[in-house]
Amino acid sequence: MDITLPILILAIPITMFLVLGIGGVKMSKKMAGILGIIGMGTTATIAYTVAITYFFSGDANFIIDGVRQQYQVFDFTWLSFTDTLVVKLGFLLDPISAMMLVVITTISFMVHLYSWGYMEGEQGFQRYYAFLSLFSFSMLGLVVATNIFQMYIFWELVGVSSYLLIGFYYKLPSAVSASKKAFIVTRFADLGFLIGILLLSFYTDTFNFMDLTSNPERVLASTGGASFMGASVLTWAMVLIFTGGMGKSAMMPLHIWLPDAMEGPTPVSALIHAATMVVAGVYLVARMFPVYCVVDAAMTFICCVGAITAFYAAVVACAQIDIKRILAFSTISQIAFMMVSLGVAYDKPIEGVHYSGLGYMAGMFHLFTHAMFKALLFLGAGALIHAVHSNNYTAMGGLRKYMPITHWTFLIGCLAIAGIWPFAGFFSKDEMLAAMFARHWFWGAWMTMVAGLTAFYMFRMYFLVFWWEENPHYKEHKPHDAPWQMSVPLLFLAAVSCVCGWALPFGELVTWNGEPYHIHIEWVKVAIPSILTACVAIALAYVMYHKKNDLPTKVKNFWPTLWTAANRRFYWDEIYMFITHKIIFNIICKSIAWFDRHVIDATMDGFAKITQKASYAIRGMQAGTIQAYVAWYLAGAVALAAITWICLI
Amino acid sequence: MDLSMLWYLVPSVVMLACGIYGFVTRKNLIAILISLELMLNSADLNFIVFNRFLFPGSMDGMVFTLFAIAIAAAETAIAIALIINIYRAIGNTDITEINKMKF
Amino acid sequence: MFGNILIWFVVIPVIMMAGLGLCRNSSMNAIRSVMVVCSTILLGLSVWLCIDFLRLREMGVTDEMLYTGSWMWYAPLNIHLAVGVDGISVLMLMLSSVIVFAGTFASWKINPLPKNFFLWFALLSTGVFGFFISIDIFTMFMFYEVALIPMYLLIGVWGTGRKEYSAMKLTLMLMGGSAFLMLGLLGIYWHSAPEGGQPTWNILEIAHNASIAPEWQNLLFCCTFVGFGVLGAMFPFHTWSPDGHACAPTAVSMLHAGVLMKLGGYGCFRIAIYLLPQAANELAWIFIVLTGISIVYGAFSACVQTDLKYINAYSSVSHCGMVLFAILMLNTTAMTGAILQMLSHGLMTALFFALIGMIYGRTHTRDIRQMGGLMKIMPYLGVCYMIAGFASLGLPGLSGFVAEMTIFFGSFQNADLFHRVFVIAATCSIVITAVYILRVVGKLLLGPVQDEHHLALTDATWFERLSTVTLILCIAGIGCFPNWINETIQHSFAPIMAAIQSAAL
Repeated sequence: MDITLPILILAIPITMFLVLGIGGVKMSKKMAGILGIIGMGTTATIAYTVAITYFFSGDANFIIDGVRQQYQVFDFTWLSFTDTLVVKLGFLLDPISAMMLVVITTISFMVHLYSWGYMEGEQGFQRYYAFLSLFSFSMLGLVVATNIFQMYIFWELVGVSSYLLIGFYYKLPSAVSASKKAFIVTRFADLGFLIGILLLSFYTDTFNFMDLTSNPERVLASTGGASFMGASVLTWAMVLIFTGGMGKSAMMPLHIWLPDAMEGPTPVSALIHAATMVVAGVYLVARMFPVYCVVDAAMTFICCVGAITAFYAAVVACAQIDIKRILAFSTISQIAFMMVSLGVAYDKPIEGVHYSGLGYMAGMFHLFTHAMFKALLFLGAGALIHAVHSNNYTAMGGLRKYMPITHWTFLIGCLAIAGIWPFAGFFSKDEMLAAMFARHWFWGAWMTMVAGLTAFYMFRMYFLVFWWEENPHYKEHKPHDAPWQMSVPLLFLAAVSCVCGWALPFGELVTWNGEPYHIHIEWVKVAIPSILTACVAIALAYVMYHKKNDLPTKVKNFWPTLWTAANRRFYWDEIYMFITHKIIFNIICKSIAWFDRHVIDATMDGFAKITQKASYAIRGMQAGTIQAYVAWYLAGAVALAAITWICLI
Repeated sequence: MDLSMLWYLVPSVVMLACGIYGFVTRKNLIAILISLELMLNSADLNFIVFNRFLFPGSMDGMVFTLFAIAIAAAETAIAIALIINIYRAIGNTDITEINKMKF
Repeated sequence: MFGNILIWFVVIPVIMMAGLGLCRNSSMNAIRSVMVVCSTILLGLSVWLCIDFLRLREMGVTDEMLYTGSWMWYAPLNIHLAVGVDGISVLMLMLSSVIVFAGTFASWKINPLPKNFFLWFALLSTGVFGFFISIDIFTMFMFYEVALIPMYLLIGVWGTGRKEYSAMKLTLMLMGGSAFLMLGLLGIYWHSAPEGGQPTWNILEIAHNASIAPEWQNLLFCCTFVGFGVLGAMFPFHTWSPDGHACAPTAVSMLHAGVLMKLGGYGCFRIAIYLLPQAANELAWIFIVLTGISIVYGAFSACVQTDLKYINAYSSVSHCGMVLFAILMLNTTAMTGAILQMLSHGLMTALFFALIGMIYGRTHTRDIRQMGGLMKIMPYLGVCYMIAGFASLGLPGLSGFVAEMTIFFGSFQNADLFHRVFVIAATCSIVITAVYILRVVGKLLLGPVQDEHHLALTDATWFERLSTVTLILCIAGIGCFPNWINETIQHSFAPIMAAIQSAAL
């Protein structure tokens, strides 16, 4: 493949960032918006071209005997640490990166368009578009990384873009602290990622993904059986690398930043905190998948973290008031779903059948569909917030009559995430559950329960927002559907969510080893139970919330402690606050600063003081009285003479 | 009669000791100056004596002494001039009183 | 003698001083034009030197030092004015000239006594440039002292706050370091030649002779490393840094943190490690512990400070600790990282101090509790401050990231548990750095405006913009295209590594 198009995919967004960032001040808002949209549109077109070429051209670089290949379009040396350990910046095309190119550019373009309506009249409109471009650049760079270090570079860049965008309303203290929290928590996770890379690269002497994944046995052998605290070094490395993914993908216990990140503008939440950046952790595991396959402990760890997080987030989502927070916890839960799906996908035959392909493919498929319908839900939530100027469902209710487009698209999103046939979520969720059941019935049952909870809290929100009871404020301020810039993305994403499940031959395109996988829906064992669970959950939500009644209050009062705990997210934030503020800041930092001033500095000052004191004490001897000098001189001379005399004797 | 070197050196030492004693203990500038002269003269005396007894052929010691006498005269003149000025400025010549420039 | 390009790095500042001497104290324009012309020439000269150096390397000149020259200065002690540069010194010269250039514009409106300020400033630069071009350790030491003394006056006269105290503290502590250093250097001199030979001060000859006995090496290594370590703000000799920086005027902080602290790292590298390799192998662990403490300790201390300059000074302790830490890892990659960190830290701290000076000049406070929302009032300065912050916390694309990563990956090559533990502790500093940088950014730039009076303040003027843009371009340049630096310095480590390895046998 020619190098031009792939380079343009990265070059256009970064150029846009520089143009809008530096020249934005001199530009009109309209100009900046149009530039941003055109830039992203072009990037999206190019990315589609590249992805289509990759999947369908049949070029020998991309596909050999029906097996899709990994292909490095280019790989420039950026920095050489040693002769062998060289950081390169490149462009890797393989099924998942091509898929991610499509996802990112699509959602990003939709968000660019949507923001034109949503952000109209905001201060810093140009800055907003500049940051969006920066984010798109970083995310695209992340997914096409040819080596783990390049991934780390862009990993940090998406982190900072996310920081900038969360803190977009920088005059609000809550936005400032949310952005700070997001950055520091993910940074802490990145520390694990970095140490993991350090370990891995030390033993394997390479950063390159193709070197690492093409021969995982060599990676295993290269550590030479070294171990630390009972676990092999490779396990440590892979778990630490996964820690980075846990931070970005908001897995427990590093999930605390994501709900707060909803302080950012809603389109940003749709782009970064629902569809693209937060799945970076999943993408990382998928990217290193063959290596993870040879490290059993790391895979089990991923499974456990994912399963716990999925359940936790789903429970918390049931007790939130802020619709963006509900969506945020839903995102955490869904990403955890993908993690479990990857975690159960072992490269070992179970009862003679290779299931590794299934879990991997399903996780990626869900990543794709989830990006579409979750972006749709977030953008829908944005339209709602735009209309009623509040994030809480208490300010909404009965909106279906006022905002038909939003209502229908939102309903499609909810059906998709609940996993109702024939919407997108059904297909991907079904495959994931099939993979989990194949591994062990426990994972399957547990995650089916989470899927049920998902359906429940999504429809709880749906009914509370669009049914329930009309808010009296509508009389003064009548809510209405959003302008076309906002409706078009909603309709487009809704359409995608309707069709992409059954129309897209995903298994043929994206698999872990490049060989096509034929999706086969197991109706009896998996699909029908999961649809039934979802339907029951939706029915429950309908009974409780479709019109105003006191059933929810009764349920809440049945066990108020649990409800409060879930509402307060099981006090994770308080725990973190305690550790960071009380322990690290107040005890460690303050005592170190005190120690520095009052011990170290005081010692240094003490030397000076002692010198000063001593000189004051002896300065009388140098008082200018010549007679004293002479006396001292004489005494000295006599003493010297005496000593000499004694010595001579 | 033959006077040995000792006959000259002992008075010289006595003069030096007196000079040092006076220099260290006296408070009056004039007295200090006189003590200084005593010390100088004892040194001069030593020069002459050593020259006469140890190196009778050379005249170096004598020459030095003459030099020292001349310089001592000049120095005394300057010192007395300073003392007079100090007396005019502060009204006495007590060395413990002259501490205006200390510290 | 004047045919050697390196000599001009000292001659031009001297000309600068002469030119300033001719100006009248009141004619600001004349003073400024002398400074601008001379610092631009210096900048041009260093860029040209770098290009020419790379050209020579390209042509296959593999000598350790290029542009060497040596002129007898004091025969009885065999002191020469010996000059020569390798890739590292070339980069250091570039760094210094960039900072002198930026510093000139940052102190555009210095008051009072502009002429005297710039005179001392020029003398300081003379010392710095002289230090980097020398390869005779006596001349090096002399230039080092030349650079230290003006500091006292610059802080004592033009500083703010408890300036006399700080100036005195800084000078005394650095002089204390010099005393150790002098001891070490004299020791190296007396043992520099094999039995019966003429002792020499020339670095190349000393390294070539390699005649210093191991028992002496240990003692001398401690003396020189501590001597330079004081300047490099090594724990526990760092306390001059917070007070000194806090009270120094803008340009002096810039030059001091930007360049003078690098003298420490450079000296440790060029003298302590290179000339005393055996001791370096043996005693590195002591200093790894100390510098490791510096890194974490400085970062933690910075978290609770409320004065902008104190935050930066402690962050310098942490970052400069990283430089010495990396040097002590005794391998090529980590040392490359140390050099990168010196450049990176020099540029970004200079930028920080310049911005703090500009902000202080407007708000008349450096207490972050009394400021807030400045981004709205002075967007240009705010953005620059953020860029400096991001460089400091290691954002890819800016210089800090490259330097830190090179250090971590280099340090990690030492596979024993002791090194691993300290490297991982050092890596933790990236999180703590993020904490204190974002804390400052959040309080200072973002959030609601704290003080109504600040609303009337103006954004940066053209000379302030010029000063900051220069530094930002350099930071981004290193961050985006780091490999040319590697190419510049790649030959410089071979002799040092050879010395270390032969000593380890």
